[in-house]
Amino acid sequence: MATMTAMPVTTATPPRDGYRFGNVARMEWIKLRSLRSTWWTLAFAAAGAVGIGTAVGVETKGTSGDLTNNVLSGVALGLLVTGVLGALVMSSEYGSGLIRTTLTAIPNRRLLLAAKAATFCAVALVIGELASFLSFAAGSIAITARHLTGPSLTDPAVVRAVLLAGVGYLLIGLMGMGIGAIVRHSSAAVGVLVGVVYVLGQVIGGVFSAAMGYVPISLVANSMSTVKRLPHAPDPWVGLAVLSFYAAIVLGVGGWLLTRRDA
Amino acid sequence: MIDVRNLTKRYGLQAAVDNLSFDVRPGAVTGFLGPNGSGKSTTMRLLLGLDIADSGAARINGRAYHELAWPMREVGASLEVRAFHPGRTARAHLQALAASNAIASARVEEVLEMVGLSSVAGKRAGTFSLGMAQRLGLAGALLGDPQVLLLDEPVNGLDPDGIRWIRNLLKELAAQGRTVLVSSHLISEMAITAEHLIVIGGGRLLAETTVAELAARSGSLEQAFFELTSGSVEYAGALSGKVF
Repeated sequence: MATMTAMPVTTATPPRDGYRFGNVARMEWIKLRSLRSTWWTLAFAAAGAVGIGTAVGVETKGTSGDLTNNVLSGVALGLLVTGVLGALVMSSEYGSGLIRTTLTAIPNRRLLLAAKAATFCAVALVIGELASFLSFAAGSIAITARHLTGPSLTDPAVVRAVLLAGVGYLLIGLMGMGIGAIVRHSSAAVGVLVGVVYVLGQVIGGVFSAAMGYVPISLVANSMSTVKRLPHAPDPWVGLAVLSFYAAIVLGVGGWLLTRRDA
Repeated sequence: MIDVRNLTKRYGLQAAVDNLSFDVRPGAVTGFLGPNGSGKSTTMRLLLGLDIADSGAARINGRAYHELAWPMREVGASLEVRAFHPGRTARAHLQALAASNAIASARVEEVLEMVGLSSVAGKRAGTFSLGMAQRLGLAGALLGDPQVLLLDEPVNGLDPDGIRWIRNLLKELAAQGRTVLVSSHLISEMAITAEHLIVIGGGRLLAETTVAELAARSGSLEQAFFELTSGSVEYAGALSGKVF
């Protein structure tokens, strides 16, 4: 068995006086890329985008509706899975006990959450934009195949809709992260995420129809990814602001609890 | 150097750690001994800043844990046996930790070699046996080549060969001038591994002594330990601090 007689000194004097954001972000990036669930999320998002986008394109009968918004339906599957990934990024650390290892490496909990969120945001945004552009491309190709004129990326409003649909992944993912930090239990966190983002929203929207446009999933589906504004839905940029506000609140509460609770 | 001063931590009305004070000095393995539920793990969590103390201080090299510049380069800790994501490989787990404290990735291979996990470094850690998981935890603790080591029940799950290996490793680390605090509920194990002993019961200090001193008190070390800890249960309200 190996002995300790000559403990090699590859850990020479550290470069600076203390760890910083970059160190923590590197740790979180290694964690994310070394988990299968990250790659599964990417695969689901891409497959869903192409599959649903194509199906919607094929079913297109005319060009009167918001074709951009229709073909962007393909982002829905990946959106849910990315939200779940966000929840798991936090809750799985508690489930395995890894959170205590992480916090002994980086005791500054605020910095930890900031770096974790930033790293996850970057990954979620890449997945989201990929899904969004794939969905748009698949749907557009299918529409063109039916000899109809599909939406074009030369229209700034179309580009905006496609880009914001991808941003939705980042924001729903952050809500998932916040819920994971609050609930700290994987299956419960996923349950709460689906409940809050999908079910509760539909219930509230069903009771107060004026609120329907402001439930999280509707902000992505009916505001951010639209070219033609829907009657009860807010403007795309307002939708982006409202969803960002939700994400900030949920993540803020999660972060507040993270700094105050025993780990 | 570890110093714990008047440390208290309550969960509800129950004090898990009750006005506890002790020092751990470098150069010798210090056994942290007590029956199950005596507050050993809580004390370690408080030292690492994982739990927040109600009062008192727990310092490492004179500072609270959150004040350390590069925590893993100063303190190596292994608290739970499976404190890793089961889906991540042993190597990726250690690489992530190394990155957080700007530790060269070559060091990951070194510690893997040191704990005997090189051949399974690419396997998902969730497939590891208890003994392998212990070794991975130890590898994480050694990653930053720290001067202070805090290990909670490190021999749990190891086979006799592994136990002897870790015992020698701890002694060697201490002989290099490091501070080594090892918790255990097994007096027999501590009798062979440790030189100094901190015995707690009901969250209070029962004795701060050496193995030799404790053994001299009664017929045997085991007998002395039982007398010490049974007292803590029976007279928990009446006794305070150093009664021996």
